[in-house]
Amino acid sequence: MKIIKVAQEWLGACSGCEIAMLNMGEKFFDLLKKIEMVHMPLLFDHKTFDEFQDAEIEISIVSGCVISEEHLHLLKKIREKSQKLCALGTCATHGGIPSLLNSWSTDAALKEIFSSNSKKDHLTFPNKDLSGFLDRVYALDEFVEVDILLPGCPPRPSLIREFLSKLIKGDFPSLPNKSVCDTCPTLRFGKGRKGIIKRAMENPEYDPNEPIEKMHCFLEQGYLCMGPVTLAGCAFYDAPPCIKARTPCRGCYGPVYSDGNQMLEMMNALASVGIEWKTIIDRRSLLRFSGAHGLLRPYPGSK
Amino acid sequence: MNANIHINPITRIEGHASVKIFLDEKGEVKKTRLLIHSLRGFEKFVQGRPAEEIPRIVTRICGICPWMHHLAASKAIDNCFDIRPPLAGNLLRELCHLLAHIGDKILHFFFLASPDFLIGPEKSHYSVRNIIGIAKSFPALTSKVARMRQLVHEMLESFTGRSIHPVASVVGGFSKPMLEEERKELLKAASKLLDFALFSLEFAKKDIFGPNQDLFENLGTIETGFLGMVDNSGNLELYNGNLRLMSKDGEVIDFSPEEYESYIEENVVPWSYSKVPYAKIWGKGLSLKIDDPKGVYRVNSLARINVVERISTPHAQEALEEFRNRFGRPVQNTLLYHWARLIELIYASERVIQILNKKEITDPNVRKKAEPKAGRGIGCVEAPRGTLIHDYTTDKDGCIVKANLIVGTTHNTAAMNLSVEQAARSFIKKGYIDEEIINRIEMAVRAYDP
Repeated sequence: MKIIKVAQEWLGACSGCEIAMLNMGEKFFDLLKKIEMVHMPLLFDHKTFDEFQDAEIEISIVSGCVISEEHLHLLKKIREKSQKLCALGTCATHGGIPSLLNSWSTDAALKEIFSSNSKKDHLTFPNKDLSGFLDRVYALDEFVEVDILLPGCPPRPSLIREFLSKLIKGDFPSLPNKSVCDTCPTLRFGKGRKGIIKRAMENPEYDPNEPIEKMHCFLEQGYLCMGPVTLAGCAFYDAPPCIKARTPCRGCYGPVYSDGNQMLEMMNALASVGIEWKTIIDRRSLLRFSGAHGLLRPYPGSK
Repeated sequence: MNANIHINPITRIEGHASVKIFLDEKGEVKKTRLLIHSLRGFEKFVQGRPAEEIPRIVTRICGICPWMHHLAASKAIDNCFDIRPPLAGNLLRELCHLLAHIGDKILHFFFLASPDFLIGPEKSHYSVRNIIGIAKSFPALTSKVARMRQLVHEMLESFTGRSIHPVASVVGGFSKPMLEEERKELLKAASKLLDFALFSLEFAKKDIFGPNQDLFENLGTIETGFLGMVDNSGNLELYNGNLRLMSKDGEVIDFSPEEYESYIEENVVPWSYSKVPYAKIWGKGLSLKIDDPKGVYRVNSLARINVVERISTPHAQEALEEFRNRFGRPVQNTLLYHWARLIELIYASERVIQILNKKEITDPNVRKKAEPKAGRGIGCVEAPRGTLIHDYTTDKDGCIVKANLIVGTTHNTAAMNLSVEQAARSFIKKGYIDEEIINRIEMAVRAYDP
């Protein structure tokens, strides 16, 4: 059997996706026996993609968003050298948490971060020998064709393993268009209790000695929970992990349909259980994980 | 002749950085720079967010130490809202913090750093100098290491739902209490972690530190001060305590994390997106001149091990005594960060067991109700990579108006630059550079676990 070449690279990323890969444990090593991992900077000293022929790498797995010229350059090069490109994690598929920056611009961020030394008359900006920044945070498919989307912040290790196994066999895996609510066992009665969203200042009502199946749905208790508008992927055999921790979903797998809009869809979902969306204090946060693709735009008048 | 050398990216580290080495016409090292490439924008985009959501956002600063950001932010937001979590809430937070330290240290030492030492120079090609090379040469060790890492993540997941990008620490405390069955299971697993921690140090002394004595003495060694957390009696503390700044001569000043701005200042330099903090309290400013650096201090394991008087757990204290007997205090040898990391691995494992044996750990009262309000809150923990400071200001609605975050590695920016320069000067002669030299220079960075 031909050993296929796989590369892994991170762009604007936190390395959580790579840690999730390692969290396959010994199975990660089993997987590495079946492939030739030609590039993965977290673990291997291989440095650049220059030496590869066009389309020489069968599968490239790329995590992180695109925020700098260096990321963009690297992404285009990886695309050239790869037959299949898999976007790993919600930063790569939808911008992820970094795309919250799209409420401003990268310039605004630079000013904020490098102005903390208020005593100085002139601000110094890093610029020497460093790659410049794009105007905002982008997902991979805003620049190159992406063959496989594996969102999640991070995706669960078992899910990554399943995707990789299918990719190695030549398949194009994808997640079914189900929502986190479809996989959530909490009790639902169909109506919000008070019609408003409460802030998460105290724990919801539940009995810690009872299983999660006996707890009343967060949204119906009046807490913002992104379950209705978030792609399922965190739970297959048990409850969603955040719900198990007795905390609501914040939407980390992105929208149920990859071109969806979690903000608009959540407003609809709230209306359907009789909760007034205007009582949410920070509506932009509904796009906390999916602000790329032009969905999260600068505040009016901000620079 | 190579005019300039750019090692890009530095590999087997947990972030994005590169090294530039500038040579003169004779091929000798003129100067070097460690460049930090990434800019994340967190200090900007947390603005306007409700403060209680911050612990679930800032986790994404780092996927390797998300718990530390989760907890530093939780502590800071508690302070903004002027609320103190119940004892069990604090203990559960500290427990998770220590478990996350354990996973991090296993990852860094065995997966990232050990190939530099266990795979000898004769096999130093990059294709074997990595965890796969280790897996081939030391299969039993590798599977043990993989299982222990896995165990830590399973412990965190089974109790808190998530090990990466956690959610269970919430303003005012913790999202769920620990049940007695959970406590028993975790305690069983924790004793395996302690066995493994003790094994790790013995293994490293025999197979890593012993055979590589010369490297451990010289590579990247510089003279600096140190910063780390201590409790009221000067014991090692990773979760809650005062900060202690030690000069290179061993003189110490203790201060509360709330006062950090009076002791350290962040400098902006044109060549890095990381700021360069220095100890302004020493009154000499910041200088990165290799033969006479000023204002430079280091953080992370070696710094913590240097600043503490003692460690409150028995096995770790024994390891500390042996370390001090051999190397003195403060220790300046950069590669000894690795040894110090393993002492902390033992401490964290012992402390986990201590906490799990406290009867308060299963108290159902884990969270106090908070009220949003205007305030300023500083939260500080020792992350694996060093002192982590989250500083937030809220408006009357309890939303963020200002944030300043100093992450562990940022404190080490100045020191890593010096270590890189020291390594480059000692290995690069007449412009000659090869793969082994490149790796030696990277090792000087890797010790800091940036």
